[in-house]
Amino acid sequence: MTAPRLVSGPHTHSRFNVSRTMLAVMVCLTPATLFGLYQFGWPAVLLFGVTVAAAWAAEIACLALAGQPVARFATDGSALLTGWILALSLPPWAPWWVGVAGAGIAIVIGKHVFGGLGQNLFNPAMVARAMLLVALPVKMTAWVAPGPARAGALSFDQALGVTFGGGAPVDAVSGASVLSQIQSQLDAGLAMDQVLAGIGSFQDQFLGLVPGSLGETSALLLLLGGVALILMRVITVVIPLSVIGALYLAAAAAWALAPDRFPPPHYHLASGAVMFCAFFIATDYVTSPITGLGKMLYGVGIGLLIFVIRSWGAFPEGVAFAVLLMNACTPLIDDYVRPRIFGRTRAGKPLELGDRP
Amino acid sequence: MSPVPLFGRFDPARLFSFKGGVHPETRKHLSAERAIEDMPLPALLRVPLLQHVGAEAEPLVARGDTVLKGQLIGKASGPISANVHAPTSGQVIAVGPFPAPHPSGLPVTTVTIRPDGADRWGPRLAKPHVATAAPETLAAQVAEAGIVGLGGATFPASVKLNLRARYDLDTLIINAAECEPYLTCDDRLMRERADEVADGAGIMARALGVRRVIVAIESNKPLAIEAMTRHRHVLDHVLQIKTVPSQYPMGSEKHLVKTLTGKETPARALTAEMGVVVHNAATAHAVHLALRYGEPLISRVVTVSGRGVARPANLRVPIGTPVADVLAHCGGLVATPERLLLGGPMMGQPIQNPRVPVIKGTNGILALTAGEARDQRVMPCIRCGLCVQVCPMGLTPFELKARIDAGDLDGAARVGLLDCLQCGCCSFACPSNRPLVQTIQYAKGKLAERDSAQHQREEAKRLAAARTARLAAIAEAKRAAMAQRKAEMAAKKKRAGQATTETAAKAPIPPAPSAEAPKAPPAGAQPDVQPAAPTDAPTDVQPGAQPDAQLGAQLGALANAKAGAQVEARADAKADAREAVE
Ligand code: SF4
Ligand code: SF4
Repeated sequence: MTAPRLVSGPHTHSRFNVSRTMLAVMVCLTPATLFGLYQFGWPAVLLFGVTVAAAWAAEIACLALAGQPVARFATDGSALLTGWILALSLPPWAPWWVGVAGAGIAIVIGKHVFGGLGQNLFNPAMVARAMLLVALPVKMTAWVAPGPARAGALSFDQALGVTFGGGAPVDAVSGASVLSQIQSQLDAGLAMDQVLAGIGSFQDQFLGLVPGSLGETSALLLLLGGVALILMRVITVVIPLSVIGALYLAAAAAWALAPDRFPPPHYHLASGAVMFCAFFIATDYVTSPITGLGKMLYGVGIGLLIFVIRSWGAFPEGVAFAVLLMNACTPLIDDYVRPRIFGRTRAGKPLELGDRP
Repeated sequence: MSPVPLFGRFDPARLFSFKGGVHPETRKHLSAERAIEDMPLPALLRVPLLQHVGAEAEPLVARGDTVLKGQLIGKASGPISANVHAPTSGQVIAVGPFPAPHPSGLPVTTVTIRPDGADRWGPRLAKPHVATAAPETLAAQVAEAGIVGLGGATFPASVKLNLRARYDLDTLIINAAECEPYLTCDDRLMRERADEVADGAGIMARALGVRRVIVAIESNKPLAIEAMTRHRHVLDHVLQIKTVPSQYPMGSEKHLVKTLTGKETPARALTAEMGVVVHNAATAHAVHLALRYGEPLISRVVTVSGRGVARPANLRVPIGTPVADVLAHCGGLVATPERLLLGGPMMGQPIQNPRVPVIKGTNGILALTAGEARDQRVMPCIRCGLCVQVCPMGLTPFELKARIDAGDLDGAARVGLLDCLQCGCCSFACPSNRPLVQTIQYAKGKLAERDSAQHQREEAKRLAAARTARLAAIAEAKRAAMAQRKAEMAAKKKRAGQATTETAAKAPIPPAPSAEAPKAPPAGAQPDVQPAAPTDAPTDVQPGAQPDAQLGAQLGALANAKAGAQVEARADAKADAREAVE
């Protein structure tokens, strides 16, 4: 008999590992992704493919440059997921180079500059999204109306023209996503009920039959995917609940005070971007706090920031910036909000006999 | 964890236990239905004299001696130690160092016995009348029988029974959680010998003087719960049989107490300070055997399991039986095991050499195949927080590891390094397979080493300083004495001179120096300066002794002085950590 290995315990392990976790997230994203691809047709499929492939290529290149074991790390699924999330947040008919540039920014600047997996301070996909928004405000807000009637009618050849040619043809571009529409019409002096009448029904928004980013239109499917993630214990309920709760409460308060200036709170939640952020972006392990209380602070921060940016910011969609700002607070939160050690008070002193913690 | 992450996760009972913990696959079915069988005597028994927390027992036999079954062969030395008895009759063929069942494989003094096959009992231990005996008598008999915590902690049981003297106790908890995967020895013992386990619990309750006895059994052992419930009336006690959630590390003393009483033991304190003493179910059975039959602890029930073993079993194994013999009795190994362990898979100790013996604390012998051990590639930490979620002590293992890796041991200690149970939940759960508890163990060892080295350095420095001061004082005294003598001499000379001038022709000069000598010799100076030294050296330091000897004497005195409280507390903390094995 050859000698068994001498390593200290535990000598068994849960079935969780990094790739499985990434895989679980991807599985939960699949319904919303398929829906987006169906809605926006071939150009969206092409853009999605290009972005994910570029993210993976960038990951391999960075690993090779950094001298890290490529075969081991490139197969963990983290780069694929980053590319995937980024693709879902792009306008569906954006030209290919937007996807490639975004993937490059996400993987190189967002991740490997910090030292690779687990080391980054900011959510890589959101770094890319924010940079693209700032650098290409027009390309990044060129939405198309969804549905087979408009977008889905494009043949594959035409789609090649859209993605690898000049981007979305002008006639396909439908001005704005719901929230930017509300905001611009309010700014133009229309009354709130007129504005609300002018945009699609709440149901349409919630189901996702509205213009928007590739995978962010259907709040419903994202919500379902998110709930599945929680049930699979990949994420906890804390961050999604506090993001959504804080946003809703802030919007409700504003609406109660000035119903003519602020849309009703549920319109905020009907946007897929919020669900996407709450369940899939803000919950990114690497860039969110560790403890429950920390997660709550972080989620509340994101929810409030989304509301503030949406209401008063220059960009119609505040998710990326809100997440990045709170990412920056994560180390601070983690330092101050620690779990209570068994048998000790929060301050770290041993409990007194008979104390209830 | 169940293969489909969705199922088996919701366990309402969890809400009432403690924060953290994990649910490893228990794999108890491998051996749960195997009744306890007696392991036949092996060709050789190797009985180490250190099978417990505390000091090694002193050997009472020498090579060539004949011993009888149950004969005392190692005598407990010091307040924390345990007697060791011969597991069978035979001849002592060696007394000397042999690798101990410990990952370090470091040798301890071991008595090797060649059984004569007759298995002849020597005189049994005294059997006091349990119902009327004084608690001290019962505890003394437990000590006599060499009983230690059989859950793997191996803390001398009598010491814990004597806690009555120092704390106001009200509850005895019999820890039958057996939360480690694979292990079924306590389960079987309760199913087959419920009356005896209950009797042992009753005896311990008498020895402790407590009214309330709780038997805590994990929900995955319904038959044991049933059996114990049937036998809950014992002596003048009614045992409360409580089902606790199946959750690792339920067997950790403090977590069990928290689950059952809702009370949280303060850090660095004993559960006894809250009136609760925890003993293992197998320990209760050993107490029963000792007090009812006068049998010392010379065998124990061991679970032999894992997919690498041909025939998983629960065996009553004589202490000292080599692991290899036990495995052979179970049909040998079917495959080359990835890990060979003593204890459970979460906290068990890997061994390389299957010739090491089964000792009092060995509750399991596991041969795990690669599929069971699930050794996987180590990835970077993705800060998923799982380790934090599952840590039953509320620590941040990923952060501890980061600090330790950066060489910041003090920083790690500040965020709770020393509170770690070493239960392994963090490493178990980490999706990146980070060696968290492994790093923590290493750091704890390093810290202890550093502290003791520092302590020694400081001690040496202090002694050296004291010695210098003493020498300086001696020199000073000498100088003073010399000066005084000179002065006296001068005075005498003067007087003599005067006398000479007066009676110059009448008398010869007296031999002054020799007459004055006894007054101020250097040797006489020493007693005078002695009081100066103790200002910075303890009173028991003998002047003139070598620093090393002083150190030894001091440490000895220190150990003696504090043995009652501190050593015990420290050892108990250690025992506590290992209690989770149950
Ligand atoms: S469980 Fe592992 S990967 Fe997750 S935070 Fe802890 S150490 Fe990092
Ligand atoms: S081994 Fe220590 S750090 Fe890890 S889970 Fe157990 S108590 Fe927490």
